[in-house]
Amino acid sequence: MTHRAARLCAPLFAAAVTAAVTTSALIGTAGPAMAQDDLPPAVAARQHHMDLYGFNLALLGGMAKGEIDYDADAATGAAGNIAALAMLDQSGYWPEGTSSDDIEGTRALPAIWENMDDFQSHIDALAEAATALEETAGDGVEAVRAGMGGIGKSCGGCHEDYRVSR
Amino acid sequence: MRRWPIALLLLICLGAAAFWWLTRPRPLAADAIAGLQGDAEAGALVFAAGGCASCHTAPGAEGSADDATAGTAAAEDSPIVQSGPVLAGGQAFATEFGTFYAPNISSDPEAGIGDWTDIQIVNAVTRGVSPEGQHYYPAFPYAVYGHADLEDIVDLVAYLRTLPAAQTEVPPHDVGFPFSLRRGLGLWKRAFIPTDWVVAGDLSPQAARGRYLAEALAHCGECHTPRNAAGGLVTAEWLGGAENPDGPGRIPNITPGGLDWSEADIAEYLTSGFTPEYDTAGGQMAEVIENLSALPQEDRDALAAYLKAVPPVAPD
Repeated sequence: MTHRAARLCAPLFAAAVTAAVTTSALIGTAGPAMAQDDLPPAVAARQHHMDLYGFNLALLGGMAKGEIDYDADAATGAAGNIAALAMLDQSGYWPEGTSSDDIEGTRALPAIWENMDDFQSHIDALAEAATALEETAGDGVEAVRAGMGGIGKSCGGCHEDYRVSR
Repeated sequence: MRRWPIALLLLICLGAAAFWWLTRPRPLAADAIAGLQGDAEAGALVFAAGGCASCHTAPGAEGSADDATAGTAAAEDSPIVQSGPVLAGGQAFATEFGTFYAPNISSDPEAGIGDWTDIQIVNAVTRGVSPEGQHYYPAFPYAVYGHADLEDIVDLVAYLRTLPAAQTEVPPHDVGFPFSLRRGLGLWKRAFIPTDWVVAGDLSPQAARGRYLAEALAHCGECHTPRNAAGGLVTAEWLGGAENPDGPGRIPNITPGGLDWSEADIAEYLTSGFTPEYDTAGGQMAEVIENLSALPQEDRDALAAYLKAVPPVAPD
């Protein structure tokens, strides 16, 4: 009898503990890596390069959010700066021995060196997105809003594969 | 002395009957969607808001959200025929209850859901009930989609029917006893599916739209709200942050108690993925943003307004 009762009750126990598990989200909200005094010059340079992206993005983003008054020339200039930055020759930025496995103070994953072509393709995508925005940024704040999406996607895509997440 | 076994037997029978009644699958009435006409173009936006592609595309498949909007008027005028994401399924979700595999929900009649009727798909999405009358595991967020307007779900079905077929066979869920007994999920549904909006009360029309998107489609709470031991969401800590099932760190608290971003900051983040510091979204959230960026700007503004209306949960 007890045995049968246990069998009949089993689904109840199952029900009591059955659960959903879902996909997860992870938001990276960290700011730019702190430049340290003892970083190799190439690492410091590429981190400052990221700061320059951020400085120009802040202007465009501020306009997109309505925190900064829209200014066609300023928006076009900032988008052009990002495009120009993305087109700089970066071959000096990535010497061997400067990945996150090698030194402190960088979030550059070793995967960069293993997939340099793919890594570069993300930078090219950014140049393309920023160039597109440079052409439309003068049309109004709506164009700035729309253009931020493409830039964000290229930035995020690269960070996803090639930056230490935290 | 002889009465005891009979009484016990009776009790067990009663218990079993009660269990059977309480756990029965409860699909919609057969005529629930009668008269509703699916609009595939509108359904593409429901699909994006619901984040369907994030789980149901094949592992490693790229560009789901781009493709999801390929047929919308916003993208171009081309008809939505056989373009868009391939919902071949196969992504594995390892959990403490077992490993779930997202099924093939492409339009293939054999491997996918191409030969299901509209009401069968609507019951799967909103009631978590299969055409055979079995409960689905709540890894599929039907608890959320059940709050959506049926018109939206019928539009979604119309959109799903336009997507390409894939013949991929997906492995069955690898779930051990006792979780392998699906009948018990009927109790889980009764216990843990909220009957109304979690954020109750009068909201502005904008925040109410955001609530609809968040609580009926985008299923933000599935990751951002903590769960109890039985896997039910702890609604008292709605969106208050939770453990990350995929690794270290925590899924952030996005209530006003944990997130001090402005509404404009939130809307921008959901549009471009940029944080107020111009860092970028990572992990699964990048995919969420890919989906949400396909929606009209007003919808992302509405989500931002809703997040400001959520009761604050104190930071950890």
